[in-house]
Amino acid sequence: MEVLFYIASVIAIASSVMTITRAHAVHALIYMVVSLLSVAVVFYLLGAPFVAALEVIIYAGAIMVLFIFVVMILNMGSAVEQERKLLKPGMWIIPAVLSLILLVEFLYVFLMMDIGLVNHEPVTPKAVGTSLFSKYLLGVEITALLLMAGIVGAYHLGKREKKVVHRFLKEEGETE
Amino acid sequence: MQTPAEYSMFLALILFVIGLIGLLVRRNVLFMLISVEIMLNAAGLAFVSAGAKWMQPDGQVAFIFILAVAAAEVSVALALVLQLFKTYKTLDTDSTNSLKD
Repeated sequence: MEVLFYIASVIAIASSVMTITRAHAVHALIYMVVSLLSVAVVFYLLGAPFVAALEVIIYAGAIMVLFIFVVMILNMGSAVEQERKLLKPGMWIIPAVLSLILLVEFLYVFLMMDIGLVNHEPVTPKAVGTSLFSKYLLGVEITALLLMAGIVGAYHLGKREKKVVHRFLKEEGETE
Repeated sequence: MQTPAEYSMFLALILFVIGLIGLLVRRNVLFMLISVEIMLNAAGLAFVSAGAKWMQPDGQVAFIFILAVAAAEVSVALALVLQLFKTYKTLDTDSTNSLKD
């Protein structure tokens, strides 16, 4: 039981260190995804399956994809050269092996759970939801406001500025 | 059997320090954002491990809030990164010192 926890922790620390030392942003993001997956396994071992699923779906699935989109939009350097560099096997084999270890570990715990490998009583999603919508209802409302502000802010900042053409000039251009 | 809840607090500490070092060392604004993500994730891990120690759902609720904060922060910050790149044609934060006297 504890060995599984230690393996996941070591993978989390190693991939986090790799994340902040990479030169290329995409490689850093791949290692970041591995780090998030290992933290999700730690959550699962701690008896928090709902949060583990949220970590994989939202953090590794949505937030990291946002990062990757931005890297794609920025598109620094030639695209062909970049892809050739990205597809070198040395770059993806280590994250793949690390996440394979995590997958094996998760499957082992998942299939052996009735023997009591998760030594905490898991906190069920039902308990989390009940607490979220009774005790912390105000927090949910404030979070909704925050997300709204995030949407408005991102829209405002990401808006493409219009080219300002004086209306007389524009009319002239159209008539010609 | 010793529970991993105590150890996971140490793991959260280590991850937080890694993120802090990354934030202080790197000058690429994209990497600084990734380091902030690592730090937020470590804070969430601390909450969840504390919640697991006392078997209460409050830690997981706090993690859900942290998740929402991280999503909002990332969307605004990445829009700022795009604006920065459009203005300066670089992601180096040292180049954005035009407000300095």
